Amino acid sequence: MPEPASLHLLVNDVPITVSRGTTVASAILIAGIPTRQSVSGEARGPLCGMGICFECRATIDGVRHQRSCQVLCAEEMEVRTS
Amino acid sequence: MTEHFDILVVGAGPAGIAAAVTAAATGERVGLVDDNPAAGGQIWRSGAAQSTAARTWLERLAASPVARFQGWRVVDSPSRCVLRAEGNRVCRDLGYEQLVLATGARERFLPFPGWTLPNVMGAGGLDAMVRGGLPIAGKRVVVAGTGPLLLAVAAHLAHRGARIVAICEQASLGRFLPFFASLLGEPVKVMQGIEYALSTFGSKIYTGCWPVAVSGQEKLETVTLRRGGRQWEERCDYLACGFHLVPNLELPALMGCRIDNGFVVVDDRQQSSIAGIFCAGEPTGIGGVEIALLEGEIAGLAAAGKLDAANKLALRRRRRFGFVRALTAVTELDPRLKQFVTDSTLVCRCEDVSFARIREHASWREAKLHTRCGMGPCQGRVCGAAAEFLLGWDAGSILSSVRPPIYPVLVSSLGDPDKLVYEGNSLAPAGGLTPKETE
Amino acid sequence: MTGSWDVVIVGAGIVGAACAFECVSRGMRTAVVEANGIGGGATAAGMGHIVVMDDSSAQLALTHYSQTLWQQVSAVLPANVEYEQCGTLWVATDDEEMQEVHRKREVYAAAGVATEILDGRMLADTEPQLRRPLAGALLVPSDAVLYPPCAAGYLMAEARRHGAQFYRRKVRSAHSGKVRLDDGTQLHSKRIVIASGADACELVAGLPIKKRKGHLVITDRYPGFVRHQLVELGYLKSAHSSTADSVAFNVQPRKTGQLLIGSSRQYGAEDAAANQHTVAAMTARAQWYLPKIGELSAIRVWTGFRAATPDKLPLIGHWPEDDSLFLATGHEGLGITTSLGTARILVDTLEGAEPSIPGAPYLPGRFAGSVVRA
Repeated sequence: MPEPASLHLLVNDVPITVSRGTTVASAILIAGIPTRQSVSGEARGPLCGMGICFECRATIDGVRHQRSCQVLCAEEMEVRTS
Repeated sequence: MTEHFDILVVGAGPAGIAAAVTAAATGERVGLVDDNPAAGGQIWRSGAAQSTAARTWLERLAASPVARFQGWRVVDSPSRCVLRAEGNRVCRDLGYEQLVLATGARERFLPFPGWTLPNVMGAGGLDAMVRGGLPIAGKRVVVAGTGPLLLAVAAHLAHRGARIVAICEQASLGRFLPFFASLLGEPVKVMQGIEYALSTFGSKIYTGCWPVAVSGQEKLETVTLRRGGRQWEERCDYLACGFHLVPNLELPALMGCRIDNGFVVVDDRQQSSIAGIFCAGEPTGIGGVEIALLEGEIAGLAAAGKLDAANKLALRRRRRFGFVRALTAVTELDPRLKQFVTDSTLVCRCEDVSFARIREHASWREAKLHTRCGMGPCQGRVCGAAAEFLLGWDAGSILSSVRPPIYPVLVSSLGDPDKLVYEGNSLAPAGGLTPKETE
Repeated sequence: MTGSWDVVIVGAGIVGAACAFECVSRGMRTAVVEANGIGGGATAAGMGHIVVMDDSSAQLALTHYSQTLWQQVSAVLPANVEYEQCGTLWVATDDEEMQEVHRKREVYAAAGVATEILDGRMLADTEPQLRRPLAGALLVPSDAVLYPPCAAGYLMAEARRHGAQFYRRKVRSAHSGKVRLDDGTQLHSKRIVIASGADACELVAGLPIKKRKGHLVITDRYPGFVRHQLVELGYLKSAHSSTADSVAFNVQPRKTGQLLIGSSRQYGAEDAAANQHTVAAMTARAQWYLPKIGELSAIRVWTGFRAATPDKLPLIGHWPEDDSLFLATGHEGLGITTSLGTARILVDTLEGAEPSIPGAPYLPGRFAGSVVRA
């Protein structure tokens, strides 16, 4: 049975649909929100796209501080940004 | 249980893939560790039109008996000839006889006012995000900075429907084209691509040009560009901005490999200063795909003990690329790039430390201690290179403070994964390190 | 170059900086010499706790005195010092340790230190991440934490603002009223204070100080994971074992929400590299007390060297081997806590005044006769 081409996940409780192979970081940007707030409260988004800068950290299925640019979206995933 | 390999390769970019495939073809038991969801590293990232070389090597990898650890990040070497890697919330130890380090490079980021706004990314960074599913069709993009990625990224994004507003290369035109062609591999094809790009973008390519500031409310809205005496603004949705490449030296440094002039020192067979540890690709000098492939093959053969074959390839490498391999990226940067950092510009993004606070201190070490710049999860990978350029601080001192774990790890990964149970785990009083073997 | 001073202080870690601040506030012309930047050494490596400890009555007196001084100055400390009065919970795992909690409470009460006893349920309520069931804990609400390099930075900055002179140089020798620097400068004084921690032995022969290596781990930000500094009651057994290598559970929340995980003690280890087995034992112990801590992201691991004396009390006062030499070192794991108290006692001594608490237990002269000759 072929895998579906689309995935459905929640980003801050908002349902979004992405193509299979989309990273969680891209999904967060598709949802139109920053990935995190800096320690002094600035909105931030991904910078390096390769797991070095840590700006894409998000909580994925309850686990905090994951580098979302290196995690692929999965069906029914729950993503939270700070 | 520690899994053992004859040859362990770290990094599944072109160099690592070539090393692993080549070594496995000699009959050695080979493991390949890489922290991305799929092989290819940065330059052969999946999700878009790949070059023939990429497809060929990735197919060879898939067909090879190489044991794959994709999505695993090497964090430490807890004992001799063992690397510890962390994957999805677990860690494991991998033993080896020979080690090939093909850890690639990352972009150098230079701070400027507004660079922390969302939608300001590296050039490779935006490219990676697009390959990771970020829609770019119809979006206005400014590509800026310096290095081989700019044109390639612009061409790829344009191919995906982005509206490239400007390509701003800080170097001069003469340096720009042929050098960058060679770094991207398949020079003929790339030159064709560049000619295509020039004919498409032509009037929008500015050399001797760089971004001086970015502004916007909650995200990027406008980029201010400067070229000579002229300064102007462009509205855009994304800024793809990176300043050349910096080799990923943390693992070679951790292993004790000698590093000179910012690159790992290797002999003709890619052997580092530590017997049994080889290094191939960008960490030995920023040179691009073709040379990385060749070096990967050489390292794979040498690690497998096929010295004649390795020597032959080494000869070919020397003939094609000459003796002088290393290009220190810093010399490519115009010193005027230092001027547009202001006192309030953040340099350390993890801990939100401004340029003014950092430069109060005499050294990187003291700045870290008193401002906590470089003490965040990126462990100085983003701000260290910037501080080195802006303040002339010695990169060697930045590297000498490399300690395990070389990436953040789970606290549980700092333990011995499945070997020792400490008496402290049961109700025993403190005072003794009384480990018990479980097996 | 030559200069003449009322006091020359060698070392600008937290103790040297506190001494400089105190000397200047008493009108002494003060010079401070430090080769490696302010707030380095054990000051940079340590946890930054301000904790009252009762291994001996002298230790209790000094830590309490100094903790009170920190509390008094806390209101004017700048934000980057991150002073936080989070309190300490001494955690009891069984009835035997709970008896220790009661004993400790009485000892602290006699010294005027307020405490509260928490039973297992109260402990679980206030620190939900601790394993259950535990027997209970002793809460010491006046204990605090801070960020030591910036605390030392503040003290030195204040000292300099009020006239202290800072020499960023290595000391070649310090004795007989003369401190010679590596650029040829000589600083003359009738009072040379050695506050260079574990390195003091390089300058003063025969000091009864040994290096005691420790490890620490710092995590990413998890605000609210723990609210107090948490210490196991066995900590004192570990700290005061004189020979064995040991780990003892000690976790501290920083104001940033990061957690510091410690602690370990080893003698005879001169190598600054982290020891894999020690870190593993230390984190295993932390995971026993805080089961979910294993799931947190650890950003860095590092080591430091405490300056340890045979009787676990610091050296504060005149060194009998040399008329001009005074010591402010040997603080083991209590350097941050006792820095302010040390400075007061030391400068009282320099002025020939009676310190606020008896200074005799800390006098370096207590080791005279058992001095180790090189």
